[in-house]
Amino acid sequence: MTEASRRRAMAKANRVVTFRIKRCDGPGKASYWQDFKVTVPKNANVISCLQQIAANPVTADGKPTTPVVWDSGCLEEVCGACTMVINGKVRQSCSCLIDDYAPNEGDVMTLEPMSKFPVVRDLWVDRSRLFHNLKRVQAWVPIDGTYYLGAGPKETPASQATHYVLSTCMSCGCCLEACPQFNEIPDQGSKEANEAAWNKGFIGAHAISQARLFNAHETGKELKEERLDVLMGTGGVNDCGNAQNCVKVCPKHIPLTESIAVIGRQVTFHAIAKFFKG
Amino acid sequence: MSQHRVIVVGGGLAGLSASVRIAEAGLPVDLFSLVPVKRSHSVCAQGGINACNEVARQQGFSEYEHFDETIYGGDFLADQHPVLEMANWAPKIIDLLDRMGVPFNRTSEGNRDLRLFGGSLFKRTHFAGATTGQQLIYALDEQVRRYEAEGKVNKYEFWEFLGPIIHEGRAVGIVAQDMRTMQIRSFRADAVVMATGGCGLVYGKSTMSVMCTGAAAARCFRAGAWYGNPEMIQVHPTAIPGADKLRLMSESARGEGGRVWVPRKAKDPRDPKQIPESERWYFLEEKYPAYGNIVPRDIATREIFDVCVNMGLGVGGENQVYLDLTHRDPDYLTRKLGGILEIYEKFVGDDPRFTPMKIFPAVHYSMGGLWTTYTKGSYNPQTALPKHKSGSPAPIDAKVGMGMQLGAPNNSMTNIPGLYAFGEVNFAYHGANRLGANALLSCIFDGLFCGVSVFNYVKNEAPGKAPAEGLASGAFDESVSRETARMKSLVDSASAGASDPATNPYAIGKELGDEMTAACTVVRTETRVKQCLTKIAELKDRYAKVKLSDSAGWTNQSFSYARAVGDMLAVAEAIALGSLERRESRGAHYRSDYPDRNDAEFMKTSLAKHEGGKTTLEFVPIDASLVAPTARTYGKKDTKKPEMAGAAS
Repeated sequence: MTEASRRRAMAKANRVVTFRIKRCDGPGKASYWQDFKVTVPKNANVISCLQQIAANPVTADGKPTTPVVWDSGCLEEVCGACTMVINGKVRQSCSCLIDDYAPNEGDVMTLEPMSKFPVVRDLWVDRSRLFHNLKRVQAWVPIDGTYYLGAGPKETPASQATHYVLSTCMSCGCCLEACPQFNEIPDQGSKEANEAAWNKGFIGAHAISQARLFNAHETGKELKEERLDVLMGTGGVNDCGNAQNCVKVCPKHIPLTESIAVIGRQVTFHAIAKFFKG
Repeated sequence: MSQHRVIVVGGGLAGLSASVRIAEAGLPVDLFSLVPVKRSHSVCAQGGINACNEVARQQGFSEYEHFDETIYGGDFLADQHPVLEMANWAPKIIDLLDRMGVPFNRTSEGNRDLRLFGGSLFKRTHFAGATTGQQLIYALDEQVRRYEAEGKVNKYEFWEFLGPIIHEGRAVGIVAQDMRTMQIRSFRADAVVMATGGCGLVYGKSTMSVMCTGAAAARCFRAGAWYGNPEMIQVHPTAIPGADKLRLMSESARGEGGRVWVPRKAKDPRDPKQIPESERWYFLEEKYPAYGNIVPRDIATREIFDVCVNMGLGVGGENQVYLDLTHRDPDYLTRKLGGILEIYEKFVGDDPRFTPMKIFPAVHYSMGGLWTTYTKGSYNPQTALPKHKSGSPAPIDAKVGMGMQLGAPNNSMTNIPGLYAFGEVNFAYHGANRLGANALLSCIFDGLFCGVSVFNYVKNEAPGKAPAEGLASGAFDESVSRETARMKSLVDSASAGASDPATNPYAIGKELGDEMTAACTVVRTETRVKQCLTKIAELKDRYAKVKLSDSAGWTNQSFSYARAVGDMLAVAEAIALGSLERRESRGAHYRSDYPDRNDAEFMKTSLAKHEGGKTTLEFVPIDASLVAPTARTYGKKDTKKPEMAGAAS
């Protein structure tokens, strides 16, 4: 028996747990807290409790309210959608089992939206900036189109193992929530203005790690210089404050600090080469 | 200047590969998705993607055998030509994904590694750890992002498709809603590609993601698109039971040596590792000596169901059996199956490398979907060939265009001109049962192969060749008014707090799921399905009076869900009707009152149509001119029930 299964075995069936949820009706509106009491069966996760609240939106003191809004998708921790701050720590809510967090009758769990992205409503945030930052580093392989041109490059199992881990990044945003250098940029009113503002902000560990992945690919390295140009500029790898929080919260155990170090070295060599080229 | 453009609805593997192919050909694409496309349900696919490959080829495998396996696996319900073309194209698709940077597992020499999967005696499944779907969709997502950065693809993420706009009999756009601002508006296009996946949520809990309600397909169905083989719903044999969802345990667990068993003694209280070999019943290995644990999904599911429900031999007396990997080297398992083993440990708490997993079947995939047509290719034998003998030379080469004609504008087009269906929402490829690791293939094949058809239709066939941009606004405005009125009537019903379960959308959705799971999954009967249809009628009446608990004009999720429940009821009715009218057993559809396959009457597509608010079903012939049907037994041997089980029951 693992420690987790032992702990879960101790949790009481059908206990009442209070969910303290930070709510917000929409952009520009003030946040407020509401408590909900949920009867929790064994093995329940945060999602199944939120589903109960959605079907029966009544607060702990019996007042009818609106259902809590949240973002979700696969419910098996491969899509990244349901990321939120639970008891102060950022993680996916689908893989968050109540038995681990609130094993006893009357225990309290707090749910908050991620704080580094604009809230859409309640626990749902707008992570467009995260995807935009993947464009900044051209996180793709520049193939010659989709026509049949034979196989890709061969790869050793060791190299595949390294790349596979980097490639499991599901763009959830945990590394950004935990990063002291990545701060919320308020909505600028238009897509263009937002993108201009994002281009100045710290790009984040996830995008740096993706740059590492594609710089290492036989065809992907075609864009290496352009990626490094971006990463040596404003909001690039030098903005990293080395807090190392990112790697601790990554649900996929991606070696983010190692990626930052690799890109840091690449940027240094790139800068020196540029200096001598003039 | 006005220009032709294409709308793709859905950003999973099918939608993304279609977007890439169509944008590359030079038509601008507007891509709509309920979620950021990178989070689409394709991420959940675990095991791999099938294709003939050099190693298997030298062992006697061929594209033709892959085709034959798919037809046989699908129990002779699919039209055969499109399946042939798909199998022939598969190796090219793997090479393309490889070029895009998918980190396929490798052999020591750096070649792509292969694994065994259900329905084949050859290793023909390529994989990237145990998260192959995630890795493939990321590669396509990256290519689409590249086109987006170049301005060739325009994404509308968090937009919900509400219906196709049909003008003079052809699709000319869609009506959609921004799920955040709740703005409803129309979009014009010269062709619309539906790539919206399956309908697992009709069953309440399934292995599917929360957006897989089938609502988008239902909205096309209600607008006049036909729905093929709705009753063909795959129940995956191995899933992890859960309160919010049934999480898939990939077939690759069996492909990598996983053994399915139950204790021979009912309700044996011992720890599984304390039960000696002689007191374990490896029922799949005993009944199917050739395929053992890798029999196709419908067979494994029925056997597990039989052992648990009919014989009462489920582990601990509950509906669950062991899926055991503990005899394999833990390091090997981590390397080959790490991702899925981690999921099990995360959600259950036990490490499957050391403790047998407990699993039970769950609704997993919709073989049925929007009906589509195609133009036959060049291979048309005088008489259908007998079943291919595994490992024998292929009767034909795998040339492009033998199955389907490349670029024919009607490939994967629905009965509504200009409206296409790609991927899981297309009924075409998997017949009555899908083979493991063929889903990713059919999605990408549709996008790449039939994407060319979309381009040709827009350039050469769309009436008048004038872009939809220039049409009068009537049909577009009308669709927006209709959807706005529909929203108003739902939102006006709202009052905060819990509503009466009779009119609560979540209660209606849950009852529908429970009813469909009980009546239309593993074993179906005339009596039970009729009862189900009565229940659906009752739920429809209650739905007409549905009451929301949120009247917000901003990001109103309960409204979106309530609207989808109405569409789920339409899909459910088609599934139940197909389950009733198909009075035979074939693939995933098993009728205990008609246990045999009946080719004379039912080797036909069941075709659901929705007209004047009523759903009807008819059977139309299929084209089975390439391979003659044979009994689908997978070499089953008759076995006796184990003695101790007899004593317990």
